Amino acid sequence: CYYYFLQEILDTHDSISGQITPTELCQKCLSLIKKTKFLNAYITVSEEVALKQAEESEKRYKNGQSLGDLDGIPVAVKDNFSTSGIETTCASNMLKGYIPPYNATVVQKLLDQGALLMGKTNLDEFAMGSGSTDGIFGPVKNPWSYSKQYREKRKQNPHSKNEDSDWLITGGSSGGSAAAVSAFTCYAALGSDTGGSTRNPAAHCGLVGFKPSYGLVSRHGLIPLVNSMDVPGILTRCVDDAAIVLGALAGPDPKDSTTVHDPINKPFMLPSLADVSKLCIGIPKEYLIPELSSEVRSLWSKAADLFESEGAKVLEVSLPHTSYSIVCYHVLCTSEVASNMARFDGLQYGHRCDINVSTEAMYAATRREGFNDVVRGRILSGNFFLLKENYENYFVKAQKVRRLIANDFVNAFNSGVDVLLTPTTLSEAVPYLEFIKEDNRTRSAQDDIFTQAVNMAGLPAVSIPVALSNQGLPIGLQFIGRAFCDQQLLTVAKWFEKQVQFPVIQLQELMDDCSAVLENEKSASVSLKQ
Amino acid sequence: MAAPMLRWVGRGRLWTFARVDGGSCHRREAPTGSTSNWIRGQSSVAQQPLCMTQKPRKGEHKWAAVVGLEIHAQISSNSKLFSGSQVRFSAPPNSLVSFFDASLPGTLPVLNRRCVEAAVMTGLALNCHINKKSLFDRKHYFYADLPAGYQITQQRLPIAVNGSLTYGVCAGKKQSQVIPKTVRIKQIQLEQDSGKSLHDDLRSQTLIDLNRAEGQLRVDANISVHHPGEPLGVRTEVKNLNSIRFLAKAIDYEIQRQINELENGGEILNETRSFHYQLGCTMSMRDKEGKQDYRFMPEPNLPPLVLYDATSLPAGADPQQVINIDQIRETLPELPSVTRERLVQQYGMLLEHSFTLLNEVGLLEFFQNVIKETRAEPKKVTSWVLNTFLGYLKQQNLAVSESPVTPSALAELLDLLDSRTISSAAAKQVFEELWKREGKTPGQIVSEKQLELMEDRGALEQLCHSMMEAHPQVVMDLKKGNPRAINKLIGLVRKATQSRADPAMIKEILEKKLSS
Repeated sequence: CYYYFLQEILDTHDSISGQITPTELCQKCLSLIKKTKFLNAYITVSEEVALKQAEESEKRYKNGQSLGDLDGIPVAVKDNFSTSGIETTCASNMLKGYIPPYNATVVQKLLDQGALLMGKTNLDEFAMGSGSTDGIFGPVKNPWSYSKQYREKRKQNPHSKNEDSDWLITGGSSGGSAAAVSAFTCYAALGSDTGGSTRNPAAHCGLVGFKPSYGLVSRHGLIPLVNSMDVPGILTRCVDDAAIVLGALAGPDPKDSTTVHDPINKPFMLPSLADVSKLCIGIPKEYLIPELSSEVRSLWSKAADLFESEGAKVLEVSLPHTSYSIVCYHVLCTSEVASNMARFDGLQYGHRCDINVSTEAMYAATRREGFNDVVRGRILSGNFFLLKENYENYFVKAQKVRRLIANDFVNAFNSGVDVLLTPTTLSEAVPYLEFIKEDNRTRSAQDDIFTQAVNMAGLPAVSIPVALSNQGLPIGLQFIGRAFCDQQLLTVAKWFEKQVQFPVIQLQELMDDCSAVLENEKSASVSLKQ
Repeated sequence: MAAPMLRWVGRGRLWTFARVDGGSCHRREAPTGSTSNWIRGQSSVAQQPLCMTQKPRKGEHKWAAVVGLEIHAQISSNSKLFSGSQVRFSAPPNSLVSFFDASLPGTLPVLNRRCVEAAVMTGLALNCHINKKSLFDRKHYFYADLPAGYQITQQRLPIAVNGSLTYGVCAGKKQSQVIPKTVRIKQIQLEQDSGKSLHDDLRSQTLIDLNRAEGQLRVDANISVHHPGEPLGVRTEVKNLNSIRFLAKAIDYEIQRQINELENGGEILNETRSFHYQLGCTMSMRDKEGKQDYRFMPEPNLPPLVLYDATSLPAGADPQQVINIDQIRETLPELPSVTRERLVQQYGMLLEHSFTLLNEVGLLEFFQNVIKETRAEPKKVTSWVLNTFLGYLKQQNLAVSESPVTPSALAELLDLLDSRTISSAAAKQVFEELWKREGKTPGQIVSEKQLELMEDRGALEQLCHSMMEAHPQVVMDLKKGNPRAINKLIGLVRKATQSRADPAMIKEILEKKLSS
């Protein structure tokens, strides 16, 4: 059998019947990885490692020595987390062939819990992008492009063009992780979230995409984009699963001085909210912008109504500095990028050019060959902002604006709001050919609009799939919580998830032997025939 | 310099430096003539050049020099500033390099508690204001031995500021007069050391060692000259001076070079120079085109460094998680200036002697142990420790800890001298015996060699008599009116007694006999 949610497998641990062994589960996922290879979700598939881990896990279960909730559970990791002995590329020529000698703390924690590492997932180069289209291994395809729901809607549309070239983007930059979870090749995946890179693809792929509070989860081993905003993100098919993974990852790390020491309630078992009458939901009025698609706007409004009808207080709140956020983000992000990318000089690891006229010439050519235009562009802007003559006018100003943006959230929460409800993206996923009509910078500015302010404030946020659009594509909404109130946030999200009953993706054309799961739309607990 | 560099292989690691910035407020009036007539103290010159005026030659302006020092001193700690890797002198290249030290992607700095404590202690010892909150910054430049492309330092808000150090400079004809001086300290900052580049010009290769546990001290000197009353001149920076002697030489040379350049109608460029220690001159490094912009930025991976004192310490704080300035202050040893003052007061020694006692590692402790065990006068002890004992050490290039003579042995010897059991000449002989490490006490040596002072006047008179008879020529000289001839007789008698007789007594007996 095949269980749709991680939580279901855990439930079966108590009952002996109907249990699937870790090796069977691993093989199932490996076979799905092969079948969905064309999605380009994985850069590296660590088949041997996963099978060996599965074997060990199986032994532990037999001896009654399970390591925890994640023992024997297939997971995938974005290819910007260091994995000992497994190539870690950041989808860049610069790190092609680079094999880290150590595990990122979050990877180590997953392994310590017995999780099976299926592979490293695709992304935009160095996580710079919002489409998962700009890495050296090519774009990631959204599994929903091949879903029954989307295909049927397209048949009804007389204007639809050639289906094969009309596949959709996953969003990004953690698109590989989103596609991997969405296509059932694993139960959970790590993404990274600097401006929305986990929540954005989660929304486009119909998944739960969780960005924890900054400082709750270690960044040690995550190859940085923006140190002051990066957090490891979690992609799963339901909120409970995200909470289980968070429980495994959260906590202080002596190797990351920005992790907080105050103990947070663990494990993250989420209570089922019986009623929401004591809740206050804030709707930031500045998030209602003209670019927002009418479908998303209407779902957002319906969600607010749902809370209200169930007894919650729903308030309009103001985050007055929202419109400055994306520009401010751009300055801070590129400045840190310029600094963080300085280590890639071809000397110690990664790519090195053949030029050896001088060290300087070698640096220049190595970096020219190693980085794509997007990365080089951000390095250039960042160095400009950090120049002595510009520092005050750009970097310092942006830091001040960042503080104002963070204060906006503090003020909203101080006014009695428990959780903010916003859209995650402007619209549903667009076809690749449509997406690349605009450049990476423009797209990032558009797509991070609702998500990056949260990173500047260090708050926890989660994107929850709500419904399918008229085209049959997922739409997500975002909940934002108080700093370090991750559990409260996920509890509200879980209640909401239960109300909306988002449908399961139907991929039977891709995976004919998986038909059992794919035919049952409503099911929370589905098993596959072997 | 061309690739390939030594690639990082296996394990790696980085390393730590505290930096004391001397600021740029120390003036030194330079003579227009030769620099050889500069008066300087020994090590103190490196801390601050002397302030002195010299009469300018007719028709010439006086020049004033301004020197600021940036002193990089290695912190004595077991591990590096931002990583857990060890610090060990002369370890094989790249053997103490952590993943962070090698700047592997995804690694983060973790501040070393011991380094922070050492910086606070240094700040307190140098009368600095300790900042309860300090910040870390990134300083960017591309260089092969800087694997991250930036250095973590404390540019904006360092751990300690506004200090001073008072010291003495030897002056006067015999360099025996000590003039007290004060140098101002602008700031103390914690800073990660870069690696070490070894250039192989022959093969046009550069090898990189990321251990970074090289020398103990490295100084950059900023130097400019101007006419007093006029704006300061353009400064040059002489980099990487690694001994106090070279520092002094480089400063002297650079001041003179700038004066000559300006007097010949040239101009001083704001540039980085290196000191060529064989030629004794500074040379433009010319390695950087134009001005370097370090693009400073806050280090986002290190939260502000917060220190506490008794008043600000939060109740119930885990002592392992906080650093208490007051607690560090309590562990501060007596500072050298206080010790020197105490020595002068307590033992009536000259200030310059107190400097010598403190400048030699272990010498003060040796001195104090001798004082404790002997009845001899402190002045006598000072003289023996600084002249005889230190003289022997220097001659054989030994450290105090390697001395064959223990404080107890010297104390016993001085007791013998003090009780007039032996003469001071015999004492020197005993000391020489002690130095041979034969395990004998001074008392044993004295009795074995029969070095006791000859107290038997009759025997001494007999000896003088026979000596006069044996040297009639000398007696004749004396009688002819050459009073110095008596010294020869005294010498002969002393020799005959193996220096055991008191020369004053010999002289008295001889004079009596000659006049009779």
